[in-house]
Amino acid sequence: MISVKNIQVVFGKGTPLQKQALNGVDLTIEQGSFVTVIGSNGAGKSTLLGVLAGDVLPSAGQVTIGKTDVTRKGTAARAGLVARVFQDPLTGSCGALSIEENLALAAKRGEARGLMAALGPKRREHFRERIAELNLGLENRMGDRMDLLSGGQRQAVSLVMATLAGSEVLLLDEHTAALDPGMAEFVMNLTQKIVSERKLTTMMVTHSMRQALDYGHRTVMLHGGEIVLDVAGDSRKELQVEDLIAMFRRIRGQTLDDDALLIG
Amino acid sequence: MSQIALWGAVELGLVYAFVAIGVFLAFRVLDFPDLTVDGSFPLGAAVTAVLIIAGVNPWIAAGVAMVAGAAAGMVTAMLNVRFKILNLLASILTMIALFSVNLRVMGKPNVALINADTMLSPFFGLGLREFYVRPLFIGVLVLVAVIVVWRFLESDAGLAMRATGANARMARAQGVDTNKQIYLGMAISNALVAFGGALFAQTNGFADVTSGVGTIVVGLAAVIIGETLLGARGILIALIGCVLGSILYRIAIQLALSTDMLGLQASDLNFVTAVLVTFALILPRLRRGGAA
Repeated sequence: MISVKNIQVVFGKGTPLQKQALNGVDLTIEQGSFVTVIGSNGAGKSTLLGVLAGDVLPSAGQVTIGKTDVTRKGTAARAGLVARVFQDPLTGSCGALSIEENLALAAKRGEARGLMAALGPKRREHFRERIAELNLGLENRMGDRMDLLSGGQRQAVSLVMATLAGSEVLLLDEHTAALDPGMAEFVMNLTQKIVSERKLTTMMVTHSMRQALDYGHRTVMLHGGEIVLDVAGDSRKELQVEDLIAMFRRIRGQTLDDDALLIG
Repeated sequence: MSQIALWGAVELGLVYAFVAIGVFLAFRVLDFPDLTVDGSFPLGAAVTAVLIIAGVNPWIAAGVAMVAGAAAGMVTAMLNVRFKILNLLASILTMIALFSVNLRVMGKPNVALINADTMLSPFFGLGLREFYVRPLFIGVLVLVAVIVVWRFLESDAGLAMRATGANARMARAQGVDTNKQIYLGMAISNALVAFGGALFAQTNGFADVTSGVGTIVVGLAAVIIGETLLGARGILIALIGCVLGSILYRIAIQLALSTDMLGLQASDLNFVTAVLVTFALILPRLRRGGAA
């Protein structure tokens, strides 16, 4: 379960560039629920994800993941609770390490790391099996450096890495945005499969309204650091991409009017 | 080049192999350009020399030298991690401070270890000639260091350190405290360098405050020569490359200085070093250019 209460995030406080990135966001995501988050640039999607991941510490509010209050915990300290796939395929894995070394690193996420060999025969076999499930032929390249893989292959491996160690939540940060359409679809299908098989509590930030409505159980729209739409169940099923676009337009129009007032 | 000169070069190369492995850990594994080594090498020599003269067992003296080196590395790490000083600058600050520290440790610029018992003493007089015993003994120590560092870097803990240097953001997302890794890595790196200094003092019979000048260049030269020769093929190969690079560097220097035709003298050492390192750096490019 994820629960954020009255989260405030201000960037550049006290400077002329001060920006209220999140303004009193309340959101509870139940155990096993898959929530998609949309919003225009600067709406606060990435900041919200950062607050959950620990990259951004809020100036006010409370963040709970599972049963743990993680409000003041940094990224590394809460990594045992949070699995994550980044937007940039280069960020989520280590190009200089081999595929299996990346997996070994991820298998110990949030745990103490000892002096035992990272790649024993048992672990190697386990990793091989997990990678073979991708059907990308990577199981024969386990010793290859990660930076020899394509972006899509790296995202697929990153998804496997996210599930090697247990976690309370899975955070997906526009993880198909940098991929070509074919690979994006492959990675989305894989995401769907992994999330439903493992019943992971998931939050996916996306730019694609199609994705936001097609996947998951609930959709949240952010604007100006606030939640402006939160739909689930039947009302979400009836919602079309066109409806979302219309809402986007309306919200944007409003802000334009506001600006016009200010300038006038 | 005489046989004694050749084995002398091998011996010195093996001593500096510890520096090369330390430099490899800092520069390549942690991606931390660390010049502390110019201070921690003579620190290791100074500590071990002073302790041996005070009657301490030479093995224990070398152990204390490693602890001193580790402490120096942690100071650099603290300046960088805690006080956010640029890594290169942090290491330069520690390095110049160590020059004074080393003078304090020794109480004078130079300490001689003539006739003192060293780690090597028990192995002389076993029948082998001295100029074989020394590289053989140091070679065994280097072998141990290579195996230990190799196994460490391929352990779970070592993977965390490698990820810290290669992709810190990813490492943190995997629960690795990257700040701790920098402390640990800098400590191990400088402990190895200080051990090299301790060996240098014990094999050469003195510790000198100026013996650290250029240590970083020698260490980097070894790392780069190793990479040029063996390529990037995993941790073990890279570590072997460090050792091989360090030995070949010393032999090349010895050859250049002892070839009468070239007319070089001992004071040309730094120039020869610069030429050698430059050559090692551009060799891979030339090769690639030739193939294309």
